[in-house]
Amino acid sequence: MQFGIFSVGDVTTDPTNGTTPTEGRRIQAMTKYALKAEEVGLDVFATGEHHNPPFVPSSPTTHLGYLAAQTTNLKFSTATTLITTNDPVKIAEDYAFLQHISGGRVDLTMGRGNTGPVYPWFGKDIRDGIPLAIENYHLLRKLWREPVVNWSGKFRTPLQNYTSTPAPLDGVPPFVWHGSIRSTEIAEQAAYYGDGFFHNNIFWNIEHTAQMVNLYRQRFEHYGHGSADQAIVGLGGQVFAASTEAEAKRIFRPYFDNAPVYGHGPSMEDFTRATPLTVGTVDQIIERYLGYADQVGDFQRLLFLTDHAGLPEEMVLEQIEILGKEIVPVLRTEFERRRPAHVPSDPPTHASLVAQGPDSPHLKVTNAVVPDSTNDDAAHTQGVAR
Amino acid sequence: MTRHLVVIAAGLSNPSTTSLLGERIADAVTAQVGGRGESVSVEYIELRDLAVNLAHAMTTGGLPDPVLDQVKRTVSAADGLIAVTPVFKASYTGLFKSFFDVLDQDALVDMPVLIGATAGTPRHSLVLDYALRPLFTYMHATVLPTGVFAATEDFGADGSELERRINRAAGELATAMVSTQTGVAGFMQEGLGAGPVPADQGGASSSVGGARRQSGTELKPAVTDFTTLLRGHDGS
Repeated sequence: MQFGIFSVGDVTTDPTNGTTPTEGRRIQAMTKYALKAEEVGLDVFATGEHHNPPFVPSSPTTHLGYLAAQTTNLKFSTATTLITTNDPVKIAEDYAFLQHISGGRVDLTMGRGNTGPVYPWFGKDIRDGIPLAIENYHLLRKLWREPVVNWSGKFRTPLQNYTSTPAPLDGVPPFVWHGSIRSTEIAEQAAYYGDGFFHNNIFWNIEHTAQMVNLYRQRFEHYGHGSADQAIVGLGGQVFAASTEAEAKRIFRPYFDNAPVYGHGPSMEDFTRATPLTVGTVDQIIERYLGYADQVGDFQRLLFLTDHAGLPEEMVLEQIEILGKEIVPVLRTEFERRRPAHVPSDPPTHASLVAQGPDSPHLKVTNAVVPDSTNDDAAHTQGVAR
Repeated sequence: MTRHLVVIAAGLSNPSTTSLLGERIADAVTAQVGGRGESVSVEYIELRDLAVNLAHAMTTGGLPDPVLDQVKRTVSAADGLIAVTPVFKASYTGLFKSFFDVLDQDALVDMPVLIGATAGTPRHSLVLDYALRPLFTYMHATVLPTGVFAATEDFGADGSELERRINRAAGELATAMVSTQTGVAGFMQEGLGAGPVPADQGGASSSVGGARRQSGTELKPAVTDFTTLLRGHDGS
């Protein structure tokens, strides 16, 4: 199972002393957190992608390429890559290049983005969010899987005799997750292609998360990628640890009370009851997160949000250290203890996908097997598998 | 078959004139549905009790709240709605609007709604038609022609005028609540003339008739097959 951290890269004033980092300082801090993650034995660092203040990470592959050069084992992902407003042709190029220079340590998480004006700034319409995610991702799959692409869609300039360069490392496209909180169409999309489904549940109750994950699992099985419990699931997490619960709450409360999104709203106690936010001891955090496997099934990736709400660098670094040294080792052991043998522990990696060989379903643009009896399009769907 | 009537009142004081008006209308509706041979269960929702929940729902972008979720399910499952608000600064109260702001876009589709308002002066009486009626029309509810406006002075008048309006409005709501679906589903365009089928009460899979209503507290039970979603978007 993979554990790691993700950052949305917000520039937020520290409410305890009124200081605000510069954008440059914030970018350097994100770099430190990623390097710390590798140092303490975490598996994954994922960066957000945003195109408006107060967020700094507008250019994920620049940052991840820099990080790849300074690390050896750390894997990289995105949280999320905007499949709606980015040109899929550029995503194909950028991430194929990044996969080459990182030696196969990259996967991506597709998201739609929920900041309205970003769509028109990039020439798109937010009301097309779902169709954009569907069409652009299908094109991306072709660009990574067909040597020459001819394409005529609704949203971008048609392509004739286009070859995306560089071709994916070892001819194997990066693994892709699809992130969505509420849109069942995106869970359906992930299931159709046999991709991963990432539910960033940090603002949601686990019952809702379980509904979305279970929908994805059922449809993953429906499309012939394996049994429902073998589907590839990722969750988000948010914790703050200290030696006692009272101490953790004392330190974290001013950040909680002033945080973007939930600050000046519900009490920390109400919010921790309703969402995965856990503020307390290492043992309390472990117990809470182990319980999530009972709700969503055995899953493959857990990424924590650690740097936000103006938390100072040294505090974030300490939290990453506690995660890596004290929390994750126990979670790793306990999650494996309960996992049935037929349920994969890790999500697909570049190495595991290469090992599947030339007949791997991952190498096909469309790889769903739709049962004949349930859908008129079954023959069509199988027929277009490439 | 028992019809479910929900009264949403946005009064702030206790006792509240607005809640009083809502109860009086509900009694009249109960009597009139009874007169049509059916029984009614009435549920009262005082938005004052939900003020903090609504504020948190606003500021957190919809953090799930079991209390609000239960109210949303109750509202969308109703056969009829009475919505009453005091008039503040020439419109419904912010509390009243906050509640409808957190409902699902399809929470009130085809819902018969009786609108009512209270105010200190009769000069506000058109608030029903310039503020409340467009709100419910936007939500694709069926807003009944007669609204009930009560100024403070109406409570000291001989009462016959207000009572007449209440009874007329209640009659319209009672008729809407007991009306049965007519026509053959397969021959009708979606949503035309069909009775409400609350999505959360098992009618959700139907695309015929007024099945679009949903509280938004559960995932939509029927997913659209991906081959359908992909159609026209596969670049060919």
